[in-house]
Amino acid sequence: MKNWFDDAKLILVAIPVLLWTLVPIYHLFVLSISNQQAMMDGKLWPSAPTLQNYAIVLQQKHYYLTNFWKQFATSFGVAIATGVLTLLIATFAAFAISRLRASGGKFIMNLALATYLIPAAFLAVPMYKTMGIYGLLDTRAALVMAMVALASPYAIWVLKQASDKLPIELDEAAIVDGASVPQLFKLIYLPMMAPSMVAIGIYALLLAWNEYLYAFLLISDEKDVPLAVALGNFLGADDSPWNLLMASGLIYALPPAVIYYTFRKHMVSGLTAGAVKS
Amino acid sequence: MAVTTAALSAQEVRQTSWKGDTRVVWGAVLLVPYVLVFLVFVAFPVLYGFWLGRDPEIYRQLFQDPTFKTAFVNTILFLLIAVNLKFVLALGLSGFFANQRPWIRFVLVLFILPWAIPSIPTILSFRFMLNGEFGVINSELFRWFQIEGPGWLTHPTLAFACSIFVHIWKALPFWTLILLTARLAIPVELYEAASVDGASKFQQFRFITWPAIATLYVTSTILSMIWTLGDFNSVYLLTGGGPGDQTHVLATLGIRYLRIDKLPLGIASIIVAMPLVLPMVYIMVRRLSAEEKSRERQST
Repeated sequence: MKNWFDDAKLILVAIPVLLWTLVPIYHLFVLSISNQQAMMDGKLWPSAPTLQNYAIVLQQKHYYLTNFWKQFATSFGVAIATGVLTLLIATFAAFAISRLRASGGKFIMNLALATYLIPAAFLAVPMYKTMGIYGLLDTRAALVMAMVALASPYAIWVLKQASDKLPIELDEAAIVDGASVPQLFKLIYLPMMAPSMVAIGIYALLLAWNEYLYAFLLISDEKDVPLAVALGNFLGADDSPWNLLMASGLIYALPPAVIYYTFRKHMVSGLTAGAVKS
Repeated sequence: MAVTTAALSAQEVRQTSWKGDTRVVWGAVLLVPYVLVFLVFVAFPVLYGFWLGRDPEIYRQLFQDPTFKTAFVNTILFLLIAVNLKFVLALGLSGFFANQRPWIRFVLVLFILPWAIPSIPTILSFRFMLNGEFGVINSELFRWFQIEGPGWLTHPTLAFACSIFVHIWKALPFWTLILLTARLAIPVELYEAASVDGASKFQQFRFITWPAIATLYVTSTILSMIWTLGDFNSVYLLTGGGPGDQTHVLATLGIRYLRIDKLPLGIASIIVAMPLVLPMVYIMVRRLSAEEKSRERQST
């Protein structure tokens, strides 16, 4: 009886929580299956639900969508490049600082930490000007490098903490057996670090895929922008085809959602550990 | 002769570090990629930014711009309201999710969605819902209560409140998860013992839960303040800083100046935000390094 009463109280909390969470996402979905007319009715369920919008998006049959697949590929390429580069740079740095006790390691950790903490929005304008000086504006390389610069500090922070936990005896045993530095890195360090590296690779990948501000500052040519910017460009006019926008938005949101839920265990333990842990 | 060689090699075998400078050299070499990225894409832009903002005249212009004053006040309000509201909600909800029931775990999976999916589609969904003419909110208000809903995004105060709402919607799952992890780390026996001794739910929170998570709560609040300060999307994608540039915050103001070709003012607006940002960054770097040190001590 007591238990049933507790459940009832909990359900009273759960209902508003679920409404709060799901209404905007549900609305996103409803618009994506509404035709031009139903969209303007503001109904909770469209009068004639249709998958037409998805067909239009996937076949690029609208003025706003002529480059949809190209933009999708750009987003994908930028995300993969950011993930791989960040992982490479951060793993080297974490190995050097944690296992080789590189001189200046502590100083670099603090620099990285400060970079991670300064909001990216404040770095965007100077970064934009600097990319202009480097002659990288309007290239995907600019976006990738900006994202690597933003993602690697946190990556180093998390990987360094993870590698501090590996027993030093492991390194010593390998060195006694005559392992060189590259061998130690490849044969001992990488396999032990694999779980953290998965989390960090995904972190960097999602950061780049989701990024809007840097993407729209650094790349302006409609053909070269990633999907995030293309979605933002829909906002140009009031008569924008919002149903198409929402359909492409859902397609855009799908990969991160799938990745996130697939690797949830890695993500929660790997990322919260470094973010804030008392 | 044979004896000495054997002795030497035995000594070599026992060595647990590399000969000479191997360790130092490799340590430096492996740090090069990150240091390069940092110098080229972080340090240089920052220094260049300060150099662009060296003229005192642009600050006079900035302080005379009414948009700057509005944005500055907005930023403070945004921080105070959003961070406090978010953490009170996250604290309460982490208590809800700490109830270990299968259906609550399922609710948690759904609850994380706003954090797991990119913000652009969801913020744009909010934008359409809040549209005064054909948004679903005003349509439903009229259908059920015959109320003419307000123009949510065309009224400055309402539009600003909406961007705070969207910000909280997006950030709440993350902080709830963080506080939930901390709550779940508290031994259940403490609560059992307390409830045997007749402690009320409030007393249990006051004397068991809160002391266990207080440090984390403060660290998280500071971290969240920094990130809230830098939230560009919730404002820019929802209101675009409008109507009439009334809902800008410092994070969007720099971009606004850039778009109307007033780059020096944009730089100045960012530099002006630094007295707000840097102390918090400094405190957080100290806190996080100190925590790491104490962890190292624990492990040795």
